[in-house]
Amino acid sequence: MSEKTIECDLLIIGAGMSGIAASFFASNRGISTVQVGMSTSLSFSSGLLDLMAVHPIETINIWDDPWTGIDALNNDIPNHPYSKIKKEKIKEAFNEIVSFLKQTGINYVSEDDKNTQIITSAGTIKHTYLVPESMWNGAVAYAKKAPCLFIDFHGLKGFSSRQITESLSDNWPNLRSAQIYFPDSFGENFCEHIARSLEKPEMRTKLVESIKPYLHDSKYIAFPAVMGMYSVKEIMSDIEQKIGLPIFEIPTMPPSVPGIRLKNAFEKRIVEKGVKVFFKHKIIRVNQDSSGEFISLLGDGSDITIVSKALILASGRFLGKGLHAERKEIKETIFGLPVYQPESRTLWHENDFFDPKGHAINQSGIETDELLRPINSNKKPFFDNLFAIGTILAHQDWTRMKCGSGLSIATAYAAVNNLKL
Amino acid sequence: MKAQVLIIGGGATGTGISRDLALRGINCILVEKKDINAGASGGNHGLLHSGARYVGADPEAAEECKHEGDIIKKVAPHCIENTGGLFVAVAGDDEKYIADFPQNCSKCGVPAKYVDLKDAFELEPELAKNTIAVYMVEDASVDPFKLSLENLSHAHSNGTIYLPYTKAEGFNIENGRIKSVVVQNMITGEQKKIEADYVVNAAGVWAGELAKLAGMKINMIYSKGSLLVTQRRITKRVINRLRRASDADILVPGGTVSIIGTTSIRTESLESIYPTVEEVDFIISEGAQMLPLLDKIRYIRAYSGVRPLVSLHDSADDRGVTRGFALIDHEKEGIKNFTTITGGKLTTFRLMAEKTSDHVCEKLGISKPCMTKTVPMPNTSSGRWTEPGLAPKTWVRDSSKADILLCECEMIPKSAIDSIISSIIGQSGDLSLNSIGVRSRVGKGPCQGTFCSARIVSYMYDKGNLIDKQGILELQKFINERWKGQRPLLWDIPMVQSELQEAIHCGLFGLEMEQNK
Repeated sequence: MSEKTIECDLLIIGAGMSGIAASFFASNRGISTVQVGMSTSLSFSSGLLDLMAVHPIETINIWDDPWTGIDALNNDIPNHPYSKIKKEKIKEAFNEIVSFLKQTGINYVSEDDKNTQIITSAGTIKHTYLVPESMWNGAVAYAKKAPCLFIDFHGLKGFSSRQITESLSDNWPNLRSAQIYFPDSFGENFCEHIARSLEKPEMRTKLVESIKPYLHDSKYIAFPAVMGMYSVKEIMSDIEQKIGLPIFEIPTMPPSVPGIRLKNAFEKRIVEKGVKVFFKHKIIRVNQDSSGEFISLLGDGSDITIVSKALILASGRFLGKGLHAERKEIKETIFGLPVYQPESRTLWHENDFFDPKGHAINQSGIETDELLRPINSNKKPFFDNLFAIGTILAHQDWTRMKCGSGLSIATAYAAVNNLKL
Repeated sequence: MKAQVLIIGGGATGTGISRDLALRGINCILVEKKDINAGASGGNHGLLHSGARYVGADPEAAEECKHEGDIIKKVAPHCIENTGGLFVAVAGDDEKYIADFPQNCSKCGVPAKYVDLKDAFELEPELAKNTIAVYMVEDASVDPFKLSLENLSHAHSNGTIYLPYTKAEGFNIENGRIKSVVVQNMITGEQKKIEADYVVNAAGVWAGELAKLAGMKINMIYSKGSLLVTQRRITKRVINRLRRASDADILVPGGTVSIIGTTSIRTESLESIYPTVEEVDFIISEGAQMLPLLDKIRYIRAYSGVRPLVSLHDSADDRGVTRGFALIDHEKEGIKNFTTITGGKLTTFRLMAEKTSDHVCEKLGISKPCMTKTVPMPNTSSGRWTEPGLAPKTWVRDSSKADILLCECEMIPKSAIDSIISSIIGQSGDLSLNSIGVRSRVGKGPCQGTFCSARIVSYMYDKGNLIDKQGILELQKFINERWKGQRPLLWDIPMVQSELQEAIHCGLFGLEMEQNK
């Protein structure tokens, strides 16, 4: 073997939520793993971990208890990816992730294992499963309709505290909003910059001073999600102590600070655990040799070949480039696997972007057997040790069902446990 | 409210009439049920015809186009990009039509110059290799939004009152005269009466429906045309297929993009007009015969308009129906102060306005000459932000650190949004994300409104332009308006972008769950 060949048990293609979760689970189990993928999509995550909130989507039926929601879903849509995983296994998967994140200082919270209502930057309410502790007070304040002050910053685009208070005002009195200058800044501001500068204690002192005139009778203070990149807990309790009131973060549009926090925590962990990562790279070709091993060629001029016993395809949908839409057909980009899809492009999308029943194309993707292995037209797996996980899977509409993170984490967990090494 | 003349319809013709009458010192009110160019004027190619397209089948229209095109280039050069045009034939095209073309042009007084093939490929390298004949003509590209906004702005500064989102609901007719018109504000639902000495129906494709309210009958034919916008500009000039007018045979440059179209499909309904997947695929395969690049290039948007055609006789092919206009005095049918102007083309809008205004003046006994042939159209700020590339130029030149970009694709800063918002408020228009979109490049870049929509809504709340849950409705309406034009083009990168849009606006914001539409 040449120097440019890497041997491993498992190759994971994709570095979004599902790929990174699979890498995490595999590294926890001591499986020698290589991960390849563009490492951007996790920073697009809001930081909220959805499990299951809406089904049937066309009637916008919201489940307080995601677990009974999953039962109903599996009953009505028997080929939804959740139906291939026992609920206990989904719970185990979340527990393993949550306890790891806790060690890194990112705490996740739910109340009685139920869905929680979270305020978004658009002034809407999102139903989600696990909430970063930094956002939790928002759920409490919303539930109690407590007097609340919403803060935003001059020069921070796409976040208006006035928008949030106006949108929520019909059933939540006593809301205030204030736009302030972030200390020492003028002109354009970005969440990530603000989060990094709040790591410095003197910035927090200045920030609190500029907020004090707006407090009045508020019982909670809300901010866009900018409360630090690493020391979120310390920063928030420092500010709470200085103001004397509980505070919380509101999820923002991407790229989002809570998403970047997740990405940093996971990436650090998997590297520490010995996973070889090739981020900002892609696999351009995969063959299988006679012994059943996968020979994958890394692109971008590196000429590195990765030989693996098993392969997990976590390449995402169109945004992740796992699927590619041509004018007449949707294709899977790495293996050319068959893609479940509507018959023609005229059927891909509804005329109303916000049609609650969703677009038919959202259900398209890779079909698998019970072990999450892609199947051919005879319902047989192509390879014993090729698995597909996350949003590339068919028969789910994660944006409308609000099941994106759950789908990624649960299928990653199941696939890693189904490996035959 | 009272005025000498009430004009119904805020397209190129309606705004053109309001300018023409205002310049003659006549006091007008212009009502529009939506906003500027909501019909055919906003859904066309943006082509100022040299006339060459019509020399074969409609010589009269050809001469009119030539004459009017010259006037518009002179009086409103800021609305025009004087690109010139080529007529090109490819192998297999009708040789008789090609052979007759130069003579037909000269019969109509339409200049057309033979171009050697070698020179043609130098002028426009994207032409198909099997091109067999090329003629150069005087086509140009016109910004139809800027054109109507500038007409309106000039009329407004000469006393015309513009009422957008105001729909004519009924006519009070006494003794064969319209005494008043009942109009409804489409936003507040409030009704009021407008009294006028004379009423002009310039409702374009809705002219038949409006006339029916007054008990008049006009035989309208509705012909839907769809067009595609390429992500970048493909040619310097307008490129026409040198053949009998047909589908997808014109490519018009517009600033940084090119527009290929159209189709011609009879439609009964005027609502829910949108381009379909079938039309898109057809336009691409037809257009690619002339410019093969069209088969591979990325498209950012499709849109549709409906042509108002007036039926004088039955014809199977709508392309055969005249593109001339119809000025109908309803006096014969029993209403003395009511005229309809419809049909026609964007290129002849000024002539339509002139003829209508002459007619109205004659009926009112006013003898004031038409000024729009010679008086230049002022270059104002109300239409300026529709120009591709202007916002970034201005921003780079004048940017201060506080003037941040709300739309990064088209580089539109806060200050441009401020100026658009105050011009809408100044014209007592309805302020919405869509009305900002009509007046600017907002939502027209590669992200198709994913980020800028949310940012501008937030900014509008900060300015106090939105209250309560209006922002949710604004986002839904704006994104759905963009969606009409994205939906049939979702393959390759646009599909990637639409997935991101759905992840943000549905996955995170849950806008599909907000039922207050």
